Amino acid sequence: MASNTGGDSVQHDLECSGVSKRFGSVQAVDDVSLEIPRGSFFSILGPSGCGKTTLMRMIAGFEEPDAGDIRIKGASVLGTLPNRRNVKMVFQHLALFPMMNVFENIAYGLRCAGVAKADIAPKVRAVLERVALPDVAEREIHQLSGGQKQRIAIARCMVLDPDVLLLDEPLGALDLKLREAMKIELKLLQHQFDTTFVYITHDQSEALVMSDNVAVMNDGRFEQVGAPQTLYHEPASAFVAGFVGDTNRWSGTVTKAGRGQVRAETASGLAMVCDARGGATPSAGDAVEIFVRPEFINVETGAGKSGRASATTNRLAGTVDSLLFNGANSRVLVRTEAGGLIEADVVLTGGTGDLRPGDDVRLTWSAKQTMCFAG
Amino acid sequence: MNKDIRRLTLILLFTPFALWIVLLIVIPHIGMFILSMREKVAPRVFEYGFGNYIEFANEPIYWNTLLRTGSMSLLVTAIALIIGFPVAYYIAKIAGNRTKGALFLICLIPLWVSDLIRAFGWILLLRETGVVSSSLQWLGLVDGPIEFLYNDVTVIMGLVYTVILFMIVPLVSTLDGMDNAMIEAGYNLGGNGFTVLRRIIVPYAMPGIVAGCIVVFMLTAGSYLTPILLGGKNSSWFTEQIYNQFITRYNWESGAAFGFLLLAFTSLVVWLGLKLSGQTLSSTVARS
Amino acid sequence: MRLKRTLASLLAATALSVAAPASAETTLRLLTWGSYAPENVVKLFEEKYPDIKVEVTFSNNEEMIAKLRATGGAGFDLAQPSHDRIYAAQLEYNIYKPLDMSKIDTSNMEATLLDGVKANTTIEGGVYAVPHQWGTSGLMADKTKAPEINGWDDLCDPAYKGRTSMRLKRTILLGTAFAMGEDPFAAYADLDKYQQILDQVAEKLITCKDNIKAYWKGGDDLSAMMLSGEIVASETWDSTAYRLFSENSNIVFVPPETGALAWIDTFALPRKGEADDAAYKWINFVLQPEIVKLMSASTGAIASIKGAKDLLPADKKAAVNAAFSDEDIANLKFFANIPPGVEDMEGKTLERIKAATGG
Repeated sequence: MASNTGGDSVQHDLECSGVSKRFGSVQAVDDVSLEIPRGSFFSILGPSGCGKTTLMRMIAGFEEPDAGDIRIKGASVLGTLPNRRNVKMVFQHLALFPMMNVFENIAYGLRCAGVAKADIAPKVRAVLERVALPDVAEREIHQLSGGQKQRIAIARCMVLDPDVLLLDEPLGALDLKLREAMKIELKLLQHQFDTTFVYITHDQSEALVMSDNVAVMNDGRFEQVGAPQTLYHEPASAFVAGFVGDTNRWSGTVTKAGRGQVRAETASGLAMVCDARGGATPSAGDAVEIFVRPEFINVETGAGKSGRASATTNRLAGTVDSLLFNGANSRVLVRTEAGGLIEADVVLTGGTGDLRPGDDVRLTWSAKQTMCFAG
Repeated sequence: MNKDIRRLTLILLFTPFALWIVLLIVIPHIGMFILSMREKVAPRVFEYGFGNYIEFANEPIYWNTLLRTGSMSLLVTAIALIIGFPVAYYIAKIAGNRTKGALFLICLIPLWVSDLIRAFGWILLLRETGVVSSSLQWLGLVDGPIEFLYNDVTVIMGLVYTVILFMIVPLVSTLDGMDNAMIEAGYNLGGNGFTVLRRIIVPYAMPGIVAGCIVVFMLTAGSYLTPILLGGKNSSWFTEQIYNQFITRYNWESGAAFGFLLLAFTSLVVWLGLKLSGQTLSSTVARS
Repeated sequence: MRLKRTLASLLAATALSVAAPASAETTLRLLTWGSYAPENVVKLFEEKYPDIKVEVTFSNNEEMIAKLRATGGAGFDLAQPSHDRIYAAQLEYNIYKPLDMSKIDTSNMEATLLDGVKANTTIEGGVYAVPHQWGTSGLMADKTKAPEINGWDDLCDPAYKGRTSMRLKRTILLGTAFAMGEDPFAAYADLDKYQQILDQVAEKLITCKDNIKAYWKGGDDLSAMMLSGEIVASETWDSTAYRLFSENSNIVFVPPETGALAWIDTFALPRKGEADDAAYKWINFVLQPEIVKLMSASTGAIASIKGAKDLLPADKKAAVNAAFSDEDIANLKFFANIPPGVEDMEGKTLERIKAATGG
């Protein structure tokens, strides 16, 4: 694989530049550019209808872009038929062929590629071993479990040594437990095959867990492309901040602008100091969207007053409304004096020190962790 | 009590079906079979035996007609499939939702008209002084009138027209159930149009294809009006043979035997078709 | 247990409602030829006998017998098969019952026809049929295009190649036999001889196949082919020819030189008929001259009463006069009773001709 890498520059497995696609009056994909380095796990994350599926279908060749270029291993594939592109796809419902058994499903692509008969069986066997299902070759598709089908769908593509593997929300149809297991398995498979995976999903936790890089897509455009941690901690827009990870969210107005920091008041009257994100520092009177992630909010027992926010810390008093127990991810819902609810992460040990509904609490969080974006 | 009611419901639901099977199918067939085993020795005197079947075997005209009917029915089935498949594919996979309904309706329209009227329609079009012949002359494409009627090609055309709907309906319903992603996966994994058709679409639609073929073959082999009205001087059809035995020759015994031979013959062909296509009757019936 | 009783009573109730008597008045169920029970005649009959309701089923000779055979002679009260279809059918299938001649007014009937039918249909002293209408089968030709059509075998004249037609039924077998100088009716007594004749006829008709455009199946397709000029001559029923004559006076009925084949449609009572009195009333009713007029206008056939020819409508009368001379009438060949087994022999011969691909 490395042999055809040019010596001078990094060659990307997949590049899109300025790709656009319009269906009637709907701009499905709007000037999207991306570069995916060799062997990485890249996710495109976005709500349904954001254009991610259209983008993927253009990469696979089922749609032609209106503008822009798609290059695979440096060569443009515009005008190349889907069956001539070395981009393979795992479909949302897998699209395994029910009238063929597992062996035939995997051999199909090899036969299409004109692989010699004698080489087909060893190749199929090898790929089945790599997906850890060495004994299912003679099974019918309907005899497989959901997870096994998943792996066969991947094996069916990987046996063809694709430059890029596209995965279109393949975990959507699985139940929760299996989905969690498959997340890890997919990541491991990607490592093992060392092939570029482009993974499409609307589930941010799938994208965060598996990906090297994630593109967050909204309304046909990329809002932000980056490593999962970057997206989480350094969102570039209000949309990303809201879509990636859980968060408390308020709409507010800037009461006093400062350098990098602004003082703002929410519609319900909560005052707080926030860190201006997204490039621009808003000025007084501007509308802003404010985000605070639950894990950054400290909960202390004891009555207190909502003190004025200091330059570095925001403070609020409230009452425990309810507890959301979920083991290590337990949360508390606190009703503030102003009436709104705030989510905060807490540790519930089951001991006597645990919070109970009705307890008075004080909430504190750092101004640095209070992200605000100009609305 | 509750069990009683449930049993009553079951019996009431099942009764019409059972009556239908027994009264209209089983009993008549038993009667026909007994009839087919009678040999007339004198007026109102009969003996039992295989004479009517032996007579069939000894008379080349009879089994030639049966073979002719069978082979022409197979040809009709094949043509109906070749024409019907693209039509069904278009309706199921390419046409939009609204056009789909309209196209389906258009396919149904010929069924609103009786067999007889349809055959007369063909006669009006194809006769020597008919619409097609006159139009061709008017256009100057031919010098004199042309007779399109009274030959096997016309019979086959008329039969295909009559039965093609029964091919299209099961095909549309199986193809409709096919996930488009399956076809895309076929291309994505490197197949060209032909490979996708041969390896994916056709195998997937096989239950529908077989179901359609069975229905079309049975209808064709058992059709009466179309081959009689459009057929030429030499074109005999086996159903005509049965009619003649029953009606013109008053020979119910051998007519009944012929009926059973036609049933056996078509069943044999269907069985062979199922074997060759690797389908079972239940799988095709369930799918379409 | 309770269940069974419920079901049984349900079934019984259904059966009762089905079996309930329809009405007090009599229904006359007539099994006859198309056009043999025109609406105006039925209406007049029902006006005269208000307690009788007429139900008509149209059919032909073969189907009439098949229908009666299927039920052993039940389901109809009056049937109208041709005179040659009574004797053997009765012997084989026992589907008719003898007539009570005292209930039929025979005074006005053409004596020769009545006696002929009686002679043909008397079994063990019982008379099974009386005549109603008669007509002939012969040839039809467009005088301007086929002036030379005189005998049955002229249909096979190469001069008219691809321009003639016939119905592949027994009439053409018999006609061709006559044209070959044989007398098939005489040969009915010796079936081996008859088979020989049939073999010769089959050979002749197989070589003739190439000359035929198509075998016609009914009056409608024959008329269409003749009127459009697709064929110029054909074997035909006289009534069809008369009808075409009124549309195109060049098309005439041609009695073959060996004699037109004449049939007489009769009245016969099915063995299990339930309205004999009504049936006799119908027979007497339709043989009255004023009703014959209406009937002949509908059927184109001549009734079996004295002076019936004068009761034909004007155009049909003209057609008959154009077709028949007195000599032709004298030369008529009435269909002879079909002995048992002959239908089978003839059927086989017809199949052989149909299946032959030669010619």
